[in-house]
Amino acid sequence: MRWWADVRLRHYVIRRLLLIIPVLIGVSMMTFTLSHVIGDPVAAYITSQEVRLSEEQLRKIVVAHHLNEPLYVQYFYYISDLLRGDWGISRTDSDRPVTESIQHYFPATAELSMVSMIFALALGIPIGIISAVRKDKPADHVTRVFSLVGVSMPVFWLALLLQYAFYYQLKIHNLPSLPSGGRVDQFVWLDHPLKVITGLYTVDSLITGNFAVFFDVLAHLILPGFALSYVFMAVFVRMMRSSMLEVMRQDYITLARSKGLSERVVIYRHALRNAMIPTVTVAGLAFGGLLAGAVLTETVFSWPGIGRWSTSAIVRDDIASIMGFMLIIAVVYMLANLIVDLLYAWIDPRIRLG
Amino acid sequence: MKTYFYTYAGVVRALEGIDLDIYKGETVGLVGETGCGKSVTSLSIMRLVPDPPGRIVGGEIVFKGEDLLKKSEEEMQRIRGSQITMVFQDPMTFINPVLTVGDQVSEVITLHQDLAREAVQTKMDEIQEKVAQIDPSSPDRQRLMERVKELETTRDNPPKPSKGEIKKAAMHRTIDMLKLVQLPNPEEVVRQYPHELSGGMRQRVIIAMALSCSPDLLIADEPTTSLDVTIQAQILALLSELKKKIGASVLIITHDMGIVAETCDRVGVMYAGNIVEVSETKALFKKPLHPYTQGLLRAIPKLHEDVKNLEIIPGSVPNLIYPPPGCRFHPRCPFRMEICDKEFPPLLEVDPGHSVACYLYPEKKR
Amino acid sequence: MEELAASKRGTWWQERAPQIREFKFTLYLLRQSPLVVVGFALIGLFIGVALFAPWIAPHGPEERFWQLPQQPPSWEFLFGTDTTGGDIFSRVIWAARLDLAIALTVVMSAIIIGSVLGSVSGFLGRAFDEILMRITDVFLAFPALILAMAVAAALGRNLTNLTIALIVVWWPTYARLIRGQVLAEKEKLYVDAARAVGAGPRRIIFRHVLPNSIFPIIVQATLDLGGVILTAAGLSFIGFGAGAGVAEWGLMIADGRSYLFQSPWIATFPGLAILFSSLGLNLVGDGLRDVLDPRLRR
Repeated sequence: MRWWADVRLRHYVIRRLLLIIPVLIGVSMMTFTLSHVIGDPVAAYITSQEVRLSEEQLRKIVVAHHLNEPLYVQYFYYISDLLRGDWGISRTDSDRPVTESIQHYFPATAELSMVSMIFALALGIPIGIISAVRKDKPADHVTRVFSLVGVSMPVFWLALLLQYAFYYQLKIHNLPSLPSGGRVDQFVWLDHPLKVITGLYTVDSLITGNFAVFFDVLAHLILPGFALSYVFMAVFVRMMRSSMLEVMRQDYITLARSKGLSERVVIYRHALRNAMIPTVTVAGLAFGGLLAGAVLTETVFSWPGIGRWSTSAIVRDDIASIMGFMLIIAVVYMLANLIVDLLYAWIDPRIRLG
Repeated sequence: MKTYFYTYAGVVRALEGIDLDIYKGETVGLVGETGCGKSVTSLSIMRLVPDPPGRIVGGEIVFKGEDLLKKSEEEMQRIRGSQITMVFQDPMTFINPVLTVGDQVSEVITLHQDLAREAVQTKMDEIQEKVAQIDPSSPDRQRLMERVKELETTRDNPPKPSKGEIKKAAMHRTIDMLKLVQLPNPEEVVRQYPHELSGGMRQRVIIAMALSCSPDLLIADEPTTSLDVTIQAQILALLSELKKKIGASVLIITHDMGIVAETCDRVGVMYAGNIVEVSETKALFKKPLHPYTQGLLRAIPKLHEDVKNLEIIPGSVPNLIYPPPGCRFHPRCPFRMEICDKEFPPLLEVDPGHSVACYLYPEKKR
Repeated sequence: MEELAASKRGTWWQERAPQIREFKFTLYLLRQSPLVVVGFALIGLFIGVALFAPWIAPHGPEERFWQLPQQPPSWEFLFGTDTTGGDIFSRVIWAARLDLAIALTVVMSAIIIGSVLGSVSGFLGRAFDEILMRITDVFLAFPALILAMAVAAALGRNLTNLTIALIVVWWPTYARLIRGQVLAEKEKLYVDAARAVGAGPRRIIFRHVLPNSIFPIIVQATLDLGGVILTAAGLSFIGFGAGAGVAEWGLMIADGRSYLFQSPWIATFPGLAILFSSLGLNLVGDGLRDVLDPRLRR
């Protein structure tokens, strides 16, 4: 039965989607609570210009946003505001509505995260397999150390090291260096203005045939992308290795070998699919780490993404921005885990029953 | 044949000299307690012993005139699955849960068989089916009939089939095999996953996999141990029937003397890594020679007798890292003699077709 | 009387004999892997440095040599000096103390809170359990750093609040762990047997659940210690937790960032310290996990 026609799979998907709702509610409760603890709730609705307000103006704001009413009433208004798209004003970002700020900064983070993730997966999975298949041989030891260092290293420190080595060192030796920050070089941008469609500069520049920008953006993606993906890749390699080892010990592998299948087929056809199951789960969790790492990496590389926006917001006690950030991160993370669960059901037919 | 396992605790001398012959078309049983090395024997024959920590350290395995121990891994891969195949103990853990039944059976077929003729046949069948559904007067019918005739001529010298054709042909054969092992609704089963089937059905699938290429030797390692008694009988009957149809030899490994009595032509008795007695089944039951065999048979409670106590063999199976010197059974043997702990007794033919490894029986024939 | 006391002592050891053997076997297995041994060495170094900081560090954490800012590593200042003339070597040592203290506090508090909530939840079941599970879901819906950021922002930016924020982030994992253990044990037959004899839930928890959960908790805790150190450093780097001038690894790296190109040593050494401490913890955590896996204990 083709998996998408499998009724049980559809039920599983629906059930999974429904489970998100209570969590979303909980998340909104948490952001609501936090926003009332950080400073004065009124501040969320005061733009950076209106620093000195009279009693009268303050009172007006309080009434307008129901800030003097009981908490559960306020929560109700909070939720309805959220759903309507009013997430407050971002003081940090020139008083734009928070939703606009998110729309503006999110693509940068998304691009960085996706590039890192793709890179990490593309390298991590094969390395993990090799490490498992050549257990205890030199290749295995090297990969284990490599991945252990990866999960033990602070990502922002790695970012700094990379900056130092590949920007500064190359530059002072008059070698072509990688950029130290930002998404794209100002001059290239001015000479070859990019028509922004999706907000993902790589995609947009490819679609519009703007190769100057494309290569420049790629160059800017290398260092932060690598820093971010190294940690992620390390998690993958470890997981892949351990689940491959686990799977290779299973009885059905012996049966597969007894059929006369070559070791290669046994590994890639029989073992791999089973080993992917726990790995996929870990990928979802690790993605959260990727988002967190993005915050740190964006700071180091002056990457104009939501991570950097949020850190500046926190320094300024810009509640609306902080909460907006939290919400969007929670939503993205949940979506990622949902995708992971769906993949999980696709790979493992036994899940569709439960 | 000798197989040792090199573990951190010491060298486990799992098989210390197995001497067994299996002739064409017969069913040979290999009996012994758990831990005596039966499974290791079957894995050793197929050279599937996991290399760290195990290794076949001596002896030879002669199959169809050639020593398997001298063959390369590629040559072994060609033999496995097609000439020597295995059926395993626990259909739960021995089948891959993420692949469909059809995929798992057809992969053996695709691997070892030349499906060119089958592909042509399948195409012909397909067209025949379509023809049967078309209105007789339509011109298409004529065309299709000609196509069938065309294909018929290529049947004996078939062209190399495409990947898609191979797949279809293999699936065709798979369904045939599933019918052969008496699975109901094979067309549906083919698309199902192992966890959707019962234990007995899964075992049948494994048997289908093992027999799909008409092997010369089928090794069945405790094939019914994890199944219900009623299913057990069915599976055993199935195996006998299919074995006759295909003309294979079967090596059944079991700890159940009942199965031996029912299915085997000849039997080998194993103890702690050695074969201690080999004979025709009837002769073994009538006149067990080795003290261990006698103990085994005595331990089976007989329904027609009034037995007060269940008989046991005193002592326990030896540690194979530090096995007892000489005959490994001697610490538990009621007929122990001086010579028994000096050297392992050779397997000698005492009666026609009946050999035993025990100092109680000097060699009668030469 | 004396004989009684002596015989009692004897039986305590005898009673525990199988567990002692298991423990010795565990140590033996751990000794086998060179990586694990290295991990233990690193942890030992970390703890040692943290404990003996006052005696090892040549200078105090607040000491400044204002006239010698941004000096490269030399015999006098092994790791060089930072922008305010602080000896980086000493400060790295002092920071070990701080970060270890934070990590231990966070993990132990998380274990206690998580265990209590988790076991209660596992036992009471139904409504309470569902609610607790949804609550942990909400907490786990955020990546660690980000949730900690928000909580730390809400409470105010100092070290105590940083610790609290991290505890808030980490307790759900242990709650789930213990709850899982309790549920698994509940299903086991010997609990029914104990119940039949009249044992109450508290006894069951202490005599059955806890002993079986110790190992997974230890593994998780070891790995989490490393995680907490990394997260705390990350938060300090962004600007939470440690106030300016405090010797904390993440903060020191942030300080070093402004002068990264001129004085790279300021940021490098604290980072290495984090790397090695975390590495040691991960090595040991991994080793423990492998060793305690019942299937691998052959």
